[in-house]
Amino acid sequence: MTGFRTLLYKELLRFWKVSLQTIAAPILTALLYLVVFTHVLQDRVQIYPGVQYAAFLIPGLAMMSLLQNAFANSSSSLIQSKITGNIIFILLPPLSHGEFYWAYVVAAVVRGLVVGFGVYCVNFVTVSLPILHPLWALVFAVFGGAILGAMGLIAGIWAEKFDQLAGFQNFVIVPLTFLSGVFYSIHSLPPFWQTVSHLNPFFYMIDGFRYGFFGVSDVAPGASLAVVAACFAALSLAALHMIRSGYKLRH
Amino acid sequence: MTPALEVRGVAKRFGALLALDHVDLEIAQGEFFALLGPNGAGKTTLISILAGLSRADAGAVRVMGHDVVADYREARRALGVVPQELVFDPFFTVRETLRIQSGYFGLRRNNAWIDEIIDNLDLGAKADSNMRSLSGGMKRRVLVAQALVHRPPVIILDEPTAGVDVELRQGLWNFVRRLNQDGHTIVLTTHYLEEAETLCNRVAMLKQGRVVALDTTRNLLAGVSGTHLRLRLSPDRLPDALAPMMVRRDGAERVLAIQRHAQITEVLLALRAAGIEVIELQLLQPDLEEAFVSIVGRA
Repeated sequence: MTGFRTLLYKELLRFWKVSLQTIAAPILTALLYLVVFTHVLQDRVQIYPGVQYAAFLIPGLAMMSLLQNAFANSSSSLIQSKITGNIIFILLPPLSHGEFYWAYVVAAVVRGLVVGFGVYCVNFVTVSLPILHPLWALVFAVFGGAILGAMGLIAGIWAEKFDQLAGFQNFVIVPLTFLSGVFYSIHSLPPFWQTVSHLNPFFYMIDGFRYGFFGVSDVAPGASLAVVAACFAALSLAALHMIRSGYKLRH
Repeated sequence: MTPALEVRGVAKRFGALLALDHVDLEIAQGEFFALLGPNGAGKTTLISILAGLSRADAGAVRVMGHDVVADYREARRALGVVPQELVFDPFFTVRETLRIQSGYFGLRRNNAWIDEIIDNLDLGAKADSNMRSLSGGMKRRVLVAQALVHRPPVIILDEPTAGVDVELRQGLWNFVRRLNQDGHTIVLTTHYLEEAETLCNRVAMLKQGRVVALDTTRNLLAGVSGTHLRLRLSPDRLPDALAPMMVRRDGAERVLAIQRHAQITEVLLALRAAGIEVIELQLLQPDLEEAFVSIVGRA
């Protein structure tokens, strides 16, 4: 356990030491989204009856920031270590495959939660927002962070250059988060895009998370949780297999 | 007694290049062993396989009896590796780096030993400086310290003195020699053959992925044909009687092989009789470099 704890501590210290870039910056970005979108859409869109658009948007933005930062944490840590060569410091010691995996994933979850909570707090000042089922919100936040942390780990192990990682982020992560219902309810989409959205696992994370706030969602929260948990299990198996086989880490 | 390192039929291919061609090697506990070879001979590949950074295509490798793949946790606990590349984590100070490295090996409350390493490697003044601010030599010392945090019975140093000043080199070797006396097995690769010659009891030479020599340092030196006499002559010619002794020319100088020191007198007398003056004379003892050149050149 000491190995896991140390690697987790190192991963937390790593982003904490550059928190302006890893925490403050994404919170500011989310705040800008909120200001611009609510200014344009406030009086035109009402998604759930009696819920202001700004209030609808905040959980989505918090979750989007959480997911993107969880991904960024594990992926950038790994690619930096690989490119600078200091990855050997964790390849030489007797860390088990599980310790390696969970340390990166838990650190990603923590960074995601800190950023997501920051977005929530900053916006809370301007818009009043209920939390009807905080436990549901927390469960989806943790699973969302863990899924993106695992994806970041996989991408970080796979990528050999920064631009490959940026490609993964820009062409996979960003589209999946944007098309997951952060800015709208998928019920307002044409049927075809509704079907497509149901294939996107990110949709279930955000929908379930939003349920925690408003008690209303597009899909029943239990069903969303099942999809999200299955998704995390599949990614964990894939990532652990990569670590065990030494894929791109031990040549 | 279990060998410190056991390499059995190890092969490794990178694309078309056969980096290791079925290498067999056994290093006993307590040895001070040198792994020598020209660039690209496969030394670093072999070390990477021992350290689990790379996987062999064929064969098996054990550290203190633990297979590096099947029993990787025990194998890695037994091994400390100082890598050739000067790598560091720019987020941390020297002490943080060492504490973290200790933790990876499952060690808590290791501060007394960390202080001792810091002391022995003269890192005290820089212990709380960020890694980024350290000079190359200092970063190298930290790499050595990181390899020692878990007191591994087997320590591999891959070119530890490349680009390091004389003072550190001396200090480092004194420290490593002491570790060896305390029972640690030391494996060393270096380009400075005189280091290997003075420090190591046994030497393996690699060329193109094969072990071309494996013997004690003493036997390898004995295998080099005797002592050499380097002469600069005026006029620059050799009497016929001495011609068979000549092994090579080094520019304006001639190198003669002699079997006994008494032969020096015979050579000088023969030169005098032929009216040839000796401008410069140097006696060359056999060294590892010569053994290396002749073995690697021949193989």
